[in-house]
Amino acid sequence: MQSGLRLLTRNPIWVFVAIIFIFFSLSTERFFDIANFRNILVQTSTIGLIALGMTLVMINGNIDLSVGATLALAASVTVDVMGWGAFAEWGNWQILPAVLLGLLSGIAIGALNGFIVWKTGVDAFIVTLGAMLGIRGLVFVYTQEQSFFATNFTYSDFAYSAVLGVPTLAIVFLVFTVATHILLSRTVHGSNTYAVGDNREAAVNAGIRVGPHMVINFMIIGFFAALAGITLSTQMGAATPNLGREFELWVITAVVLGGTKLTGGAGSIIGTFGGVLAIGMLRNGMNLIGVPAFYVLLVLGSILIFVLFLDKQLNRQGEEEIRL
Amino acid sequence: MSDHGDDTGSVLRLEKIVKTFPGVRALDGVDFELRPGEVHALMGENGAGKSTLMKVLAGMYQPDGGRIFIDGLRCTLPTPIAAKEMGVILIHQELSLAEEMTVAENIFLGELPRSRFGFVDWGVLDKRVGDILKMLNVDFGPRTKVNRLSIAKKQMVEIARALTHDAKVVVFDEPTASLTDAEKVVLFDIIGDLQARGVGIVYISHRMEEIFKISDRISILRDGSYRGTLITAETDEDAVTRAMIGRSLDLSRDAGDVARPGDVKLAVEGLSCGSLYQDVSFKLRAGEVLGFYGLVGAGRTEIAETLFGLRRPSAGTVTLNGEAVQITSPAEAIAHGLSLVPESRKEQGLVLGMNCRDNITLPQIDNLTSGPFVSGPQEVAIYEKYRERLEIKAPSWRAMVKNLSGGNQQKIVIGKWLSMKPDVLIVDEPTRGIDVGSKAEIHNLIRELAAQGLAVIVISSEMPEVLRVSDRIAAMHQGRLVTIFERDAVTEDDLIQAISGIGVHAA
Repeated sequence: MQSGLRLLTRNPIWVFVAIIFIFFSLSTERFFDIANFRNILVQTSTIGLIALGMTLVMINGNIDLSVGATLALAASVTVDVMGWGAFAEWGNWQILPAVLLGLLSGIAIGALNGFIVWKTGVDAFIVTLGAMLGIRGLVFVYTQEQSFFATNFTYSDFAYSAVLGVPTLAIVFLVFTVATHILLSRTVHGSNTYAVGDNREAAVNAGIRVGPHMVINFMIIGFFAALAGITLSTQMGAATPNLGREFELWVITAVVLGGTKLTGGAGSIIGTFGGVLAIGMLRNGMNLIGVPAFYVLLVLGSILIFVLFLDKQLNRQGEEEIRL
Repeated sequence: MSDHGDDTGSVLRLEKIVKTFPGVRALDGVDFELRPGEVHALMGENGAGKSTLMKVLAGMYQPDGGRIFIDGLRCTLPTPIAAKEMGVILIHQELSLAEEMTVAENIFLGELPRSRFGFVDWGVLDKRVGDILKMLNVDFGPRTKVNRLSIAKKQMVEIARALTHDAKVVVFDEPTASLTDAEKVVLFDIIGDLQARGVGIVYISHRMEEIFKISDRISILRDGSYRGTLITAETDEDAVTRAMIGRSLDLSRDAGDVARPGDVKLAVEGLSCGSLYQDVSFKLRAGEVLGFYGLVGAGRTEIAETLFGLRRPSAGTVTLNGEAVQITSPAEAIAHGLSLVPESRKEQGLVLGMNCRDNITLPQIDNLTSGPFVSGPQEVAIYEKYRERLEIKAPSWRAMVKNLSGGNQQKIVIGKWLSMKPDVLIVDEPTRGIDVGSKAEIHNLIRELAAQGLAVIVISSEMPEVLRVSDRIAAMHQGRLVTIFERDAVTEDDLIQAISGIGVHAA
């Protein structure tokens, strides 16, 4: 009971997940339905995957605004490469180099972001804001403002495949969630991620190589953004140059809802998972009961502020705090 | 032990270390030698180069010249990790901990034990940290989060870090700045243990009594250059001070400086604030300095915060200038002519990234406008007035406060509150972290302000300071005002007994 209560005060988002879940279950019978749950997981997997990487980067004390553009680039690269004449004879194997190149493009952009942050010391917000604009521009140059359509139907069927009744995309998301959770909570790299965001000077003094460490986390988020781009393009059977616009905002909202501090040093994958589910269920549930999409934004914005307010109230340092 | 030039048997020797920063020669050919099992104090004013020298030793700075020998072997220390591996451990003055992480993670930060695939080996970690904590005799465990610990306990975590290595040299940089007397005893025991194990200790402190209590030798830096090494047993405080600041300090009070107190400015009657302090009564006259002396946690700062409107009292009355007042916010306190110079100037007193002028005029900026705009000339005039009066040494009003020395920063804070023309000024720990030379200046300043008719309360944990600046001394013990002594009729023993709750004194 005590520990349960503490979990709630540490992660108020799960209270909201429960409230949202009960509310929609009672509001519409179409919500509490296995098929709908599958649906929610697939719909949220795109934002969810990126949110995993964003959690690492934000605990590190950085932020990455370029994920939406990176997603579009990786999706375009993957769908484009698949159609190259060089791989025309490869059959379904043509997917392999395409996906690898797509992922590589995301990792490379992450490495570049991280490297610039490390070497110049410019704030990650500014560096990735520049990257967000620049990469989006690059996508338009590269695609010449055209959408690419996947000619390989195995690729676009992948989005609708399932293993033992669970959609493959949902499995991909869940597997990476568990993997990232273990990375963050059990490994030395994870511990260092908290240390660097919590007290960078202490981390430097302790001999942690902060620069390369941050580059690795930027590469991880680059990987996740690219992966999200690929899964999204399998769902659409195409890549459009405008893919992933404003995704960075959704992702950051999910991560912050999940209790990760903008200033770094605190946060968890479990919280982020809650934040992703909250957003996914709200969008899905409000859609089901016929609320226009704009109201979803309004409600979500209010919840974001309310959850953070609640968090501040619950974590107040007791009576010793001086009144302001 | 008396043969100085002999380097056989020295665990650490620095020769002609030079370190320059753009425009500054921070270290100018500094020598230093440390023997196993020795406590070697390093002294000097702020800016003398102590911290730079220690950062060179910890691998955080690379020297531009000179040689480093550890156990007689010449070596370089290119990174903090390399220094640690050579057995040189630096315990930082400013706590360098990751607050949201556990004690164990902090102690092994940067070198967490790994099992396969880069996983943290919690079993090994808990056991090793548990052993160290047992040795330190502390009451927290490996999995305690650091942000739940008091400052003193955090310092113990820093010290625990040093014990994880087979340290040859341990550098303590101002370790007692935030420790209580009981915790100091534990610290000195630990230093004794390290000595017995043959570890060389470098001890940096401004506190003479500690230096003379635990050190074997004292090396002195001034303006980045080496000013010699004294054997502690053969020297005295005056000689050390002279070597540090190049002149002798007059630490006694001027005989003619007897206060002629005026009207009662502040009268406090039966003031209480929950469990923090109870039933505090005193009167303060114009032209008088009342010192509040006691241990950390005795309730002194909390009284000041109550008077300044930051805390609500649970009982009691406050009378300012003969008028009963209920102050519920700092703005009201200022309006009633009461100002507080807080304990921690960097966190509570200054906006470090703003310039000198703007810091001084901050509380009255609303009144310094012409039309909708802030009037620059009016602001500069106020700054110049207090720069002259307090002898603030800053290149110009445009200088950022963070680039000033501790003493000048403190003067800026005092100037800020003086510019509000208070009747009552409360100064909490006026010289914390300020070097010997500037300390004396701040003390003289407080005396002068009183002589000009201000009523002053000085809160301090340092007995020499309280004795030097106060006319009367209020001794506090566990939230109670034990008694108020007349400065001229009190001995150090009286004060120590009063603040430790020994003996009964008639008030």
